[in-house]
Amino acid sequence: MLSADFILQAVINGILIGGVYSLVAVGLNLIFGVMKIVNFAHGALMMLGMYIAYWSATLLSINPYLSILIVIPLMFVLGAAIQNFLINPIISAPEHNQLLLTLGVSLFLENLALFLWSPDYRVLATPLARINYYIGDLSISLVRVMAFGVSMACSAALFIVLTRTDLGKAIRAASEEREGAILMGINVRRIYFICFGIGAACAGVAGATITPFFPVYPHVGGLFVITAFVVVVLGGMGSFTGAFAGGLIIGVAESIGAIFLPGSMKAIVSFSIFILILLFKPTGIFGGRRG
Amino acid sequence: MADPAADAKTHLGRRLSGRTWLILGVIFAGLHAVPGIAPEMIHNLIMIMLFAIMGQGWNVLSGYAGQFSFGHSLFFGVGAYTSSLLFVKLGISPWIGLPCAMLAAAAVGLMIAYLSFRYGLSGPFFALIMLAFAEIFHISVMSWKYAGGAGGLLIPLKGTAPLLFQFTDKAPFYFLLLWLLAASLLLVWKMEGWRMGLYFQAIRENEDAAEALGIDSLGFKMRAMAISAAMTALGGVIYAQYLLFIDPDSTFATVNSVEIMLRPIIGGPGTVLGPLLGSLILTPLSEITRSAFQSYSGVYMMFYGGMLVVVVLFLPDGLMGLFRRIARYRKKDRG
Repeated sequence: MLSADFILQAVINGILIGGVYSLVAVGLNLIFGVMKIVNFAHGALMMLGMYIAYWSATLLSINPYLSILIVIPLMFVLGAAIQNFLINPIISAPEHNQLLLTLGVSLFLENLALFLWSPDYRVLATPLARINYYIGDLSISLVRVMAFGVSMACSAALFIVLTRTDLGKAIRAASEEREGAILMGINVRRIYFICFGIGAACAGVAGATITPFFPVYPHVGGLFVITAFVVVVLGGMGSFTGAFAGGLIIGVAESIGAIFLPGSMKAIVSFSIFILILLFKPTGIFGGRRG
Repeated sequence: MADPAADAKTHLGRRLSGRTWLILGVIFAGLHAVPGIAPEMIHNLIMIMLFAIMGQGWNVLSGYAGQFSFGHSLFFGVGAYTSSLLFVKLGISPWIGLPCAMLAAAAVGLMIAYLSFRYGLSGPFFALIMLAFAEIFHISVMSWKYAGGAGGLLIPLKGTAPLLFQFTDKAPFYFLLLWLLAASLLLVWKMEGWRMGLYFQAIRENEDAAEALGIDSLGFKMRAMAISAAMTALGGVIYAQYLLFIDPDSTFATVNSVEIMLRPIIGGPGTVLGPLLGSLILTPLSEITRSAFQSYSGVYMMFYGGMLVVVVLFLPDGLMGLFRRIARYRKKDRG
């Protein structure tokens, strides 16, 4: 039966997963905002983050939340390397070449994971996943709250870096006016690979935080990358707060949509929102700038 | 100001010498003997030609008119499903289904083109919106019970029935594809010099400048889309009749968009021979990697990804671009 509690439960779950979407989208948007690159490999990077958390928990018995300390440096280096060695040589080529390149990277990484770790769905067995809190009839799962909290903390940390530090100032300068930033003595090439590294680390952390309640498999990133694109276009290209709020909105919309639509149709909602926003409100509902 | 059409006739070299025509004619005639000489090669050649034709379709929109699409599996699927549904459900011969499928794909293409280009989408966002439309069709057909849902459609084999586009032998498919491939190459080669083809290329190089010269860029991009969609759908129909089974994953899935676009990208987008050249190289290579990694289905895609990265980095104009560069160096050395 559809009761108020049922809807409220969906809203709570939506907000919790929405926090993770926000972090994925914030990373994607940083890469887009600064380098004007649509990073198709973002989902694959998230998948790698999930595998790192999974393997460090099963092989080294590291707490999945502590494994973030491994995920961040590894993903940062990988992202910086992708930017430095693959994207940088074609940074001024026509836009579609960069999209093709990230598509190639994504195909490569996903199928490398398939080759190394087989297509099996792996579930991280952690006692934390069984803990639920109850408020009235509502149940709130601890691992989802943790995923939300860690993602929010990372987004907040990134926001502080972007607004309060010299590095953040340099990143914002490079994104707004590339030539001007170069004239001011900013090493734009360095900023670019730092940004790609941060973006990749965001995707990795988001992946690591959901590992305790989400199965890990090579193509899992595909589920999230489209959602992240939707969030980014919804929030407005290049807008940090837009991506952040967009993540929460899409999280709630999806989880309410899942009540009314059969499971397989859920993805159609994301794709339709994506098409509609791109066509009719390409600047996003929060008025970011056009790509 | 020179009239572009007159320019096309005098400067763009849409004419080959009698000797070149003769050589091409001999090669074309010679290829008819393959089923008699090397029947074990037919399946591979059929796949090469099938993907060369669909790649040519992608090439018209993305290579010539410069609108990169990540979702050409949409037209492949619409083509395959239209003719198969007409045949399986209504008993209409795929020969009639073929033009219907091409029209249906062109109609879908025109709708998407009107919407996206009307609202000024371009570059990565057009590529992604094509992907989104292909995925929406993919998911919808999965839950469309009448069309077999996720289980797909089995096309009943009625023996060798040329009127129903059914052959128990592979050779007729080979001959049909050989002729269609020749026709598609001729068409695109001619199109390069037509006013329309020149407009496509002008839009690709600089859309604002093209508009300023009075080219209706929306109209011509829509034309490119219609031709492109119809050509890709043609491949879809033949694929369905050749394999006699289609399902949403083997037609609409994003993997197929990659399959279709990778060939012209490797061969050289925006060139007549690019898709065929890319297909000649990639199709056998993918067969080899597929059989080498048999126990890991899908791992050949890793090789596709690597290939895509290498081509974008080192051969942005594909192999045709490389050949052109070599030819230019040689000329310089001599001169």
